[in-house]
Amino acid sequence: MSVDPLSDELESLPRVHSAPSRRRVSIVWLVPVVALLIGLWLSWKTISERGPLVSITFTTAEGIEVGKTRVKYRSVEVGVVEALEFSPDRDMVLVRTRLHRSATKYLVSDSRFWVERPRVTGTSIEGLSTLLSGAYIAMDVGKSDKATRSFHGMEKPPIVSVDRPGKYFTLRADELGSVDTGSPVYYLRLPVGQVVSYELDPTGKGVDILVFVNEPYERFVNAQSRFWEASGFDFELGPTGIQVDTQSINSILAGGIAFQTRANAEGTQPASDNTRFRLFKRKQAALASEDLEVIPLRLAFQESVRGLSIGSPVDFRGLTIGEVKKVSALVDEAKGQVRMVVDIDLYPERFRAMRVKQDHKFFGTKQGLDRLVGSGLRAQLRTASLLSGQLFVALDFFKDAPAANIAWSQTPPLAPTVPGTFTELEENVAQIVRKVRQLPLDQVAADVRRTLKTLDTTLEQSTQLVRSVDQKTVPAVGAVLGDVQKTLTGADRVLAEDSALQNDARDAMREVARAASSLRLLTDYLDERPEALVRGRPGEELR
Amino acid sequence: MTVMPTAAESGLLNCHHCMQLARAVCIRAGARCPRCGASLHLRKPHSIRRTWALLIGACILYVPANMLPVMITSSSFGRQADTIMSGVIYLWNSRSWPLAAIVFIASIAVPMIKLAVLSYLVTSSQLQWTTRRRSRTRLYRLVEFIGRWSMLDVFVVALLVALVHIKSLAVVQPGPGAAAFAGVVVLTMLAAMAFDPRLIWDRIENS
Repeated sequence: MSVDPLSDELESLPRVHSAPSRRRVSIVWLVPVVALLIGLWLSWKTISERGPLVSITFTTAEGIEVGKTRVKYRSVEVGVVEALEFSPDRDMVLVRTRLHRSATKYLVSDSRFWVERPRVTGTSIEGLSTLLSGAYIAMDVGKSDKATRSFHGMEKPPIVSVDRPGKYFTLRADELGSVDTGSPVYYLRLPVGQVVSYELDPTGKGVDILVFVNEPYERFVNAQSRFWEASGFDFELGPTGIQVDTQSINSILAGGIAFQTRANAEGTQPASDNTRFRLFKRKQAALASEDLEVIPLRLAFQESVRGLSIGSPVDFRGLTIGEVKKVSALVDEAKGQVRMVVDIDLYPERFRAMRVKQDHKFFGTKQGLDRLVGSGLRAQLRTASLLSGQLFVALDFFKDAPAANIAWSQTPPLAPTVPGTFTELEENVAQIVRKVRQLPLDQVAADVRRTLKTLDTTLEQSTQLVRSVDQKTVPAVGAVLGDVQKTLTGADRVLAEDSALQNDARDAMREVARAASSLRLLTDYLDERPEALVRGRPGEELR
Repeated sequence: MTVMPTAAESGLLNCHHCMQLARAVCIRAGARCPRCGASLHLRKPHSIRRTWALLIGACILYVPANMLPVMITSSSFGRQADTIMSGVIYLWNSRSWPLAAIVFIASIAVPMIKLAVLSYLVTSSQLQWTTRRRSRTRLYRLVEFIGRWSMLDVFVVALLVALVHIKSLAVVQPGPGAAAFAGVVVLTMLAAMAFDPRLIWDRIENS
């Protein structure tokens, strides 16, 4: 076959016999199979570890960045924003977030999402950390069992997280007042909760305010609790004068709600979740309406009700036993009159009977009221303050009032009234005015004028008299006075120490004194020698 | 071009271990070296089949290697998982174009080119194409040469994982993509080794 010179040497090479390959399928094919398995396993692992994709709607995507913005639950990262899209109608932004697998069970229908940004409110500054780290989507896990993947993001952070212990209560208010979401709820001036939300009643006649009271304070809320608006600064000019009530600075700024429980509410069960309460405007009103038993009565007055307002007190000798509910005018067609109708609520619980067991029953029953009216109980409008012109309804006994009774047939029953003191006063004043008007004022004026004229002439005469006195009498008196002066000067001179009269008098006195001493010598001599009187001195004879 | 006869055509084969030359009686694999006893074969046994298997395995792993994150960086600002491509895009966006190009070429283009070149070589050998044999051999040399540099990415990740391990501040963890990528590199190297470049020059028996 080959004529190569090398072929001989090649022939000498050792010969090897090759055996046929034993394996039909090579083991090497395991490699791609294993690679495939590994690849599949890795992919499956990654995909299975990938958490659920959640879409959250927000009105704006301010501060949200794809791939950067995190989703956090209690400051622990549970996901990241994967995409931003618009909702089909472009009203909302759909934020698609990829949550961690472990967060799947948190995605229930009442879980809440909101964007945490720096927020400055009247009373607090929140989310300062987001200034550095950027906004993030915060999450609050709900309690529902229903799983869902799409959520409506909240524009504001929720006031109360779902798992915070405590209770919700709904307060019905006539108007929102100064309450806002986040406003504190006070119990004995201690902040114990917050206003969570508020919404208008479907009928548009009131506002439902949802408040949350934290544990353990929620047990102080029971059926006897009263809520009122503690909006910081309360200035009231009422029948009882000026009242100023303030809460803490915080609530002055942010408004708030306070509640208190009646003292005699011992043993009352704490109110259950979502119990409804009424929200009063003022503490006084809240605590005043503790009266459970109410007797509505209607009063008709002839006089003006200016100064009488809803809530004005019904007073019995200084004790408030009710309040005015409504003031209206009623046309009595038959009599052709208009009466002012005042509807009041009486709280009979504020009366106590002599017999303890019956308590207020006497006042609270028809018979009791009838008897009181029979004894002269009447309603009257009285002025509480002349300054402000506030009126109140007074119940009192008028002995001389004409007989009357309560018309129970009407609703509300019509109770008898007497004209108010102010009306009486008005009448008296009118009478006085009438009398004053009847006085002969013109005549009086003429008399007065005449008298005045006479008085005028009299005065003139007296002036003349005075003038004549001045001109004639006064100079004469002056001359007399000059003479007197002269006389006095002369007397003065006479009486002076160095005057002649004085010297003479002194000499005379000296002589008298000498004479007196001589006389004494004589009398002494005579006393010794009385014979001298007859014989003279003995010496003279010898001589 | 003159066609040179190959050793196999002349019935000659040598031992891969002691380089003993021997004459094959029948041209089949599975014989033993008369001197050292190692298995003798004219060509690498089942070269085409093995190369194909390893190549397919590499191709399969190439998908997760590029889709899954290679590196997971956890820092105080959050957790970030990066695939190779996201790293390239990040570098590109941060204006490090040369770096982006290097990473792209080394980590995405080169493995892909290797897979493509090896597929081409195996296909051409299997179908016993007779054209461009020299350039195909050159391609093979190239593939074998760059094979040893293909693990760069894996090295980087391994280094970072070891170095950046500051608890609570920043932690780098290898992602599942890194393992897949390493698999791709290893399998392509093995495929390149399994391929017998002599097959390029084997003539068709009956030509």
